[in-house]
Amino acid sequence: MITPLALREKAETQAARLPALLARAEQLAGAVLLGEHGRRRAGMGDDFWQYRPAQIGDSRRMIDHRRSAMGDVQFVREREWQIAQSVMLWVDQGAAMRFASSDEVPSKAERARVLGLACAILLIRGGERVGLTGTRLPPRRGNAQILRLAEMFTEDAEHDYEPPEHRAMIPHARAVFVSDFMGNIDDVKTALTKAADRGVRGVLLHVLDPAEEAFPFRGRTIFESVGGTLEHETLKAADLKDRYLERLAARKAELQHLCSVAGWQYGLHHTDTPAQAGLLWLWRALDGGRAGA
Amino acid sequence: MMVLGPIGFAAPWLLVALVALPILWLILRAIPPAPIRQRFPGVALLLGLQDDESVSDRTPWWLLLIRMLAVAVMILGLAGPVLNPEDDGTASDGPLLIAVDGSWAGAARWTRLTEALDAELRRAGANGREVALLDLADPQAPVFRAANTVAATLPGLTPSPWQPAGADALAAILPEGTFETVWFSDALDYPARADLLAAFQTRGPVRVVQSASDIIALTPAAYVDGVVEVTAVRADGGPERGVSILAQGRDPAGNATILATANAVFDTGATTATTSLSLPAELRARVTRFEVANARSAGAVTLVDDSLRRREIALIAGREGREGLELLSPLHYLERALAPNADLLRGALTDVLPANPDVIVLADVATLSDGEGDAILDWVAEGGLLLRFAGPRVAASDISRSTEDPLMPVRLRAGGRSVGGAMSWGSPKTLAPFRENSPFFGLPVPADVAITAQVMAQPDPTLAERVIAELSDGTPLVTRKREGQGQIVLFHVTANAEWSSLPLSGLFVEMLERLAVSATSSSPEAGDLEGTIWTPEVVMDGYGALRDAGAMPGVPGPALVSDPTGPNLLPGVYVSGDLALARNVLTAEATLEPATWPADVPVSGLVAAPERPLGGLLLAAAIALLLADVLASLALSGRLTGRVRATASALIAALLIGGVAAPGAQAQEEPVDEIAAAAEVVLAHVITGDPDVDEVAEAGLRGLSDTLFFRTSVEPAPPFAVDLETDELAFFPILYWPITPDQPRPSQEAYAKLNDYLRSGGLILFDTRDGDVAGFGGSTPNGRKLQDLAAPLDIPALEPVPRDHVLTRTFYLLQEFPGRHLNGEIWVEAAPPGAEQVEGMPFRNLNDGVTPVVIGGNDWASAWAVTSSGQAMLPVGRGFGGERQRELAYRFGVNLVMHVLTGNYKSDQVHVPALLDRLGQ
Repeated sequence: MITPLALREKAETQAARLPALLARAEQLAGAVLLGEHGRRRAGMGDDFWQYRPAQIGDSRRMIDHRRSAMGDVQFVREREWQIAQSVMLWVDQGAAMRFASSDEVPSKAERARVLGLACAILLIRGGERVGLTGTRLPPRRGNAQILRLAEMFTEDAEHDYEPPEHRAMIPHARAVFVSDFMGNIDDVKTALTKAADRGVRGVLLHVLDPAEEAFPFRGRTIFESVGGTLEHETLKAADLKDRYLERLAARKAELQHLCSVAGWQYGLHHTDTPAQAGLLWLWRALDGGRAGA
Repeated sequence: MMVLGPIGFAAPWLLVALVALPILWLILRAIPPAPIRQRFPGVALLLGLQDDESVSDRTPWWLLLIRMLAVAVMILGLAGPVLNPEDDGTASDGPLLIAVDGSWAGAARWTRLTEALDAELRRAGANGREVALLDLADPQAPVFRAANTVAATLPGLTPSPWQPAGADALAAILPEGTFETVWFSDALDYPARADLLAAFQTRGPVRVVQSASDIIALTPAAYVDGVVEVTAVRADGGPERGVSILAQGRDPAGNATILATANAVFDTGATTATTSLSLPAELRARVTRFEVANARSAGAVTLVDDSLRRREIALIAGREGREGLELLSPLHYLERALAPNADLLRGALTDVLPANPDVIVLADVATLSDGEGDAILDWVAEGGLLLRFAGPRVAASDISRSTEDPLMPVRLRAGGRSVGGAMSWGSPKTLAPFRENSPFFGLPVPADVAITAQVMAQPDPTLAERVIAELSDGTPLVTRKREGQGQIVLFHVTANAEWSSLPLSGLFVEMLERLAVSATSSSPEAGDLEGTIWTPEVVMDGYGALRDAGAMPGVPGPALVSDPTGPNLLPGVYVSGDLALARNVLTAEATLEPATWPADVPVSGLVAAPERPLGGLLLAAAIALLLADVLASLALSGRLTGRVRATASALIAALLIGGVAAPGAQAQEEPVDEIAAAAEVVLAHVITGDPDVDEVAEAGLRGLSDTLFFRTSVEPAPPFAVDLETDELAFFPILYWPITPDQPRPSQEAYAKLNDYLRSGGLILFDTRDGDVAGFGGSTPNGRKLQDLAAPLDIPALEPVPRDHVLTRTFYLLQEFPGRHLNGEIWVEAAPPGAEQVEGMPFRNLNDGVTPVVIGGNDWASAWAVTSSGQAMLPVGRGFGGERQRELAYRFGVNLVMHVLTGNYKSDQVHVPALLDRLGQ
């Protein structure tokens, strides 16, 4: 079982390799709160923006006396208007995620958590607020949030396939869903539809084990889910391969279709590839909106 | 027990189970392999998928075959298969008598015979039978005992150089009661065999074990028409076969060597093969025996006596030059008697003496010059035989008249006498029978030999002992005197028929033979040797190896030639006086008859391969097959993944490598690094081929090298292992040669190298390693092997280390030389005969050089041996005493190396006081 500390340590390692990620907000209106995103206009914020002559209506407290003392005009010191983006994570904690086809690859859950947490760390360093979807951990800033996230990620769920949590999504925030999406596709559809309704855009990261792509099974086999709730017996496993792969491809296609409809991005990550690749893709996906905007 | 070909089954009913194999095949085919439970998250995608076929993957045929084989092999293994089963249908538990011919004919196959005996004994022991062992050639009253007790006596069983004899005596010592007899025959017939068979058959069933009789033996060599003819005989005329016959003898330096080789070819069906060797007289005289190459039996060796030797006889007469009077020539009869068997030298005395003839005959020669006389006297003292005949000149001369002439055995009266002539009284005298101490004793005296004239001996105190033949009236006819190592014989008559008819008779020739003047070319008849006693000088054992006869009793002459060999008449070289006679296993006309047995006696071969149960082997094979099945099943069902695969492949690789590496274990020895060997003092040992012995020898020399390094100024490099065939020996001051009974004999080239090594100052330490069980000698296999190995070496006379040998004080003062064993004495080059202790010196000055060999059996290397970490490798003795013994062993090693390196330096130390004295101190 992975401990919160170890998980955080791994995530820190991953996060340390990337430059600070500044999630770009497409829409500032609405659910904007003070953050470090300069809005290129004067407003509430910590950073200096410009001095302007005091106008009527400015309270005297606002006069910057150091600047005003250099001349006769009284200046007001304006600060840049800054906001922070909210990013909501959902990492599948279902039992199916705890599968690893061999000792050489990590389980899907481990990879998903590391990627999720690394992403969260990058975002928090960038000043964003990160939280989980649902009501358990609303987005907040600061390193303490990383710890809390890590702690949440170490809780295993009982069910084989967890539906995506789509409650309490903050409008116009961003969302990151990490899962193998082996469960009911309708749950995903519901979540994405709801997110799209609220203007939430985000990223769908599909994490798969290599065995799930290759289906290297032969002979008489009883397949059972990790949680033990589902079972399927076959006499010739090799014969099932083609049809399984067809179904898997169909699942991927459907996910992509859903994403494109909802304005999300779809990514596929295999546990036998480096986590860095997954994180890189996540970062680009979250940051890529800036280029497009 | 059921027997199929060479394999028998102890529980044949189990084989019925093989019938079930096809059923098993069907069942195995029908049953699908057990399902694997596979955790797989993608199962959600699989739900609802149906199999195309309702039949699962069939087990592949090769996997089925493996399983079938495993089951079949297991069934076979459980059925108790036995290779080469001894199907003794009479599984009785009564007593068993094992009779062994034990003759020389079985010597070549003795090891196989011992193995067969051992197998027979083990079988008898397994059946709980009591066994008695009867060596027919060397019979002891057999006693029935437990089989393992009898098996313990097997190593003491050796072939005898004779055939069993005395069926009656053997039958008399047979134990009471009935018993079964197993007769291990040597496949050669002998007279007593039928009687023995009858004696055994009265007591119970008889079974015979014998192998094919490919026995080859040699009959005595003969000298015919200028060549030496050697005939090999064999028992049954088989296909054409060639044997190579070696003429063994000594080279001019006295070392045993092969003087000549000849090939004799048996034609198809022939039982004899004759080959002839044309050897120069010098070489011929040095031949001591002929033997068949690679045949180790007394029958394949034929010893050579004087019969091959042509003596050189110088004939010198006093009256020469009377042409046309050949019948009156004093030498005529001598020439006729001697010419067939001897080389005759004619010429002046001073000319023939340097040729060093064996015999000089002076016929009626009265006076010799002083120079000639002295020369002859010297020649006689060195072993020459001076044969003189009287005659008118001798009778007329004053020779040996008042004082005894050195070249005359007796003093002579003037004039001699003539009897039975026209002018004398009496009748011609005849010979008296020869007395017992006479060399002519036993020769028949023909009545028609008459002596009409002779020279008369003066009565002297020594006369009686010098007379070896006399007339009927008691007057001496032949007198003899010993002079140094030679002798002077005087016939008191002429060598021609003037004075007597003796030279006309056959007795004359026989007398000359008895005097070793001439040697017979053919074997002497029993009658010729009547009255002589022959003492054995060298005797042969059953293997054909020669040994010193020691104090064995003599054999009467007739028995020597006519009796068959037996415990009282060993084959060997017998001497009587100056004559030597070889007695071989086979006589000249002997043939070998293969033993044939009545039809009711079962005869089986000498089974080299003993009974061997195969059950374990087959069961192991079954398990291996099942393991292969496990691996194959795993691979087939996809379970052979990751670690399992790695383990399996490692296992298979280990098996393959093990199988491949085992035969290749005997790697070639690297030749010694000559530069390294020459750069430092290096001890070396001879590679024996026994890895344990070689390892201990190496470790022993390492320990000794370390000890030398610590204690002395000798700082040796690590020891070397030396292959006698390929390596140069000159670099090593000392060679340690442990003896194992089965080490190969070095080649001729290797022996030449070893002899060079010994002559140039090398020392070989022979170690028979059996000092705990044997003294020095041929009583153990190691000792015999040592004798065999060392025979061609140029080794001087040996003696046990005297107390004042330089070896006892080269570094440490030692009086015993223990190794791992304590008791054996060690032998070194003997001191010269004249070594005396000089007044005032603590020890004699014995050898000026280093003894070339040191021979012992104390297993020194084991006492010296250290592991690579410097720990003693093998225990010596017990407790402190053992450590003391090891210390003494090291001291012996130090002394030995010091002796080799410094020679007699320590001996010379005794002169130091004298040297100082001379220097005026």
